Amino acid sequence: MIELDNLTVSYQRHPAVHHVSGRFAAATATAIFGPNGAGKSTLLKTIMGALKPDSGQVAFKGISRRDLAYLPQQSEIDRSLPVSVIDLVSSGHWRQSGLFGQVGRGHDEASWDALVAVGLEDFATRPVSALSSGQFQRVLFARILVQDARLIMLDEPFNAVDARTTQDLLQLVARWQQEGRTVIAVLHDIAQVRSHFPQTLLMAREVIAWGDTAAVLTQERLRQASETAAHWLARAPLCQVDGEGV
Amino acid sequence: MSWLQDMLISPFADFAFMRRALVGCLALALGSAPVGLFLVMRRMSLMGDAMSHAVLPGAAVAYLLAGLSLPAMSLGGFVAGVLVAVLAGLATRYTEVKEDASFAAFYLLSLSLGVLLVSKSGSNVDLMHLLFGSVLAVDDAALLLVAGVATFTLLVLAVIYRPLLLESLDPVFMRAIGARGGIWHMLFLLLVVLNLVAGFQALGTLMSVGLMMLPAIASRLWAASVGGMLLTSFAIAALSGVGGLLLSYHYELPSGPAIILLAGLVYLLSLLFAPQGGLLPRLVRARHFTN
Repeated sequence: MIELDNLTVSYQRHPAVHHVSGRFAAATATAIFGPNGAGKSTLLKTIMGALKPDSGQVAFKGISRRDLAYLPQQSEIDRSLPVSVIDLVSSGHWRQSGLFGQVGRGHDEASWDALVAVGLEDFATRPVSALSSGQFQRVLFARILVQDARLIMLDEPFNAVDARTTQDLLQLVARWQQEGRTVIAVLHDIAQVRSHFPQTLLMAREVIAWGDTAAVLTQERLRQASETAAHWLARAPLCQVDGEGV
Repeated sequence: MSWLQDMLISPFADFAFMRRALVGCLALALGSAPVGLFLVMRRMSLMGDAMSHAVLPGAAVAYLLAGLSLPAMSLGGFVAGVLVAVLAGLATRYTEVKEDASFAAFYLLSLSLGVLLVSKSGSNVDLMHLLFGSVLAVDDAALLLVAGVATFTLLVLAVIYRPLLLESLDPVFMRAIGARGGIWHMLFLLLVVLNLVAGFQALGTLMSVGLMMLPAIASRLWAASVGGMLLTSFAIAALSGVGGLLLSYHYELPSGPAIILLAGLVYLLSLLFAPQGGLLPRLVRARHFTN
């Protein structure tokens, strides 16, 4: 599915993701867990193609780069534009409709079904500017439903979202797994990870542990993760892992 | 009745130059209004102004080389405008400089270069003509240029409408699904430059920004959908064009400023009375629903 090969991504030469290798298991849900500054969002952005790695690579195996839905930590959607909820959800049809393709009745039904699935069918014609942040997050999940992608990446999807909405959206994550999709989500709630994500990548710039959630999230490893992330030097020596430093 | 006819119809029926100006204004409105609307939606309202300055030196250089020839000056303006757009676009893409800042930098470069060239080699009286144009002196060549640009603009916008709108709304999404936002953006900037150049002779570079932006900004206050805004902005632009021409005819005012001031007046009235966020409708509290 997605393989990381010795991946390093830096901000001004300080690595946020440091020599990370491994593969995300297909057709299951993997949580990325770790302290602030551990490189979780950076990793997702690199897989998505928005950031260029310093070295190493991301390999898509048996899946197209376009077969990907990504929910950023902070959406950059301009909600002041006069766009209705159903129109925003329908933009998820892009892969099929493209530039000129018609958004036909089948697409409309899919958009509507997605809104029903997130419980917002009564909001279909309201402008996106009139939604709360929790409702808006439901709309973005509806668009992911419409996108029908095999790889779904969510960056802290439940921030500022109440318990009820979180439960509803977690059910969608469970449904995606049953449908054989691959889900990768950055999360901060360890209970959510244990209950809904069979796989976990615990990282603190480097991989601390990666595998079955129960085996990864031990007291010892969580402590190790938080200590590694706290370890920051203003003048760090050059990294020698890949041989001679430049 | 005959008074109305004298006021509204006769000027156009009796004088060929007024008919020409009318056609020119309507064609200009048709192309500029939707382009301006996308500038507003992409939060680039001031970019039109920057681009109008970027266009100016190219036209001035062409004037120095080829004299007062519309094709040469249009071409010069177009080249300078596209050059600034491309350089600013590249700087935004490959460096840390944000788009508005790099546009500011490159148009200032372009403008100062143009002023230098003009002042080194002769009078700058003619530059005034370039800045402020005269719609009442539009000839067939200029009319064809304006009509051609309007046609091209509408065709291209029809093609890139969906990606352009989606990119304005949600650039991260466009990136994630691998739809190249950059190409549509550059095509769109090309349309901006083309429409500014088309407005040269009719309104002058500075005034054509007015016809581009004022109706577009006002339309947001009237319509609650993008389609509605497109129609409203064209209607306001066309109305200002016709009204401005009539004012200019009856009261012997310069036509360019008359047209833009009328568009500005519509904008001011929209601020007060328009239903989608105008001042007075916001004061009226309609009763709310139960949920």
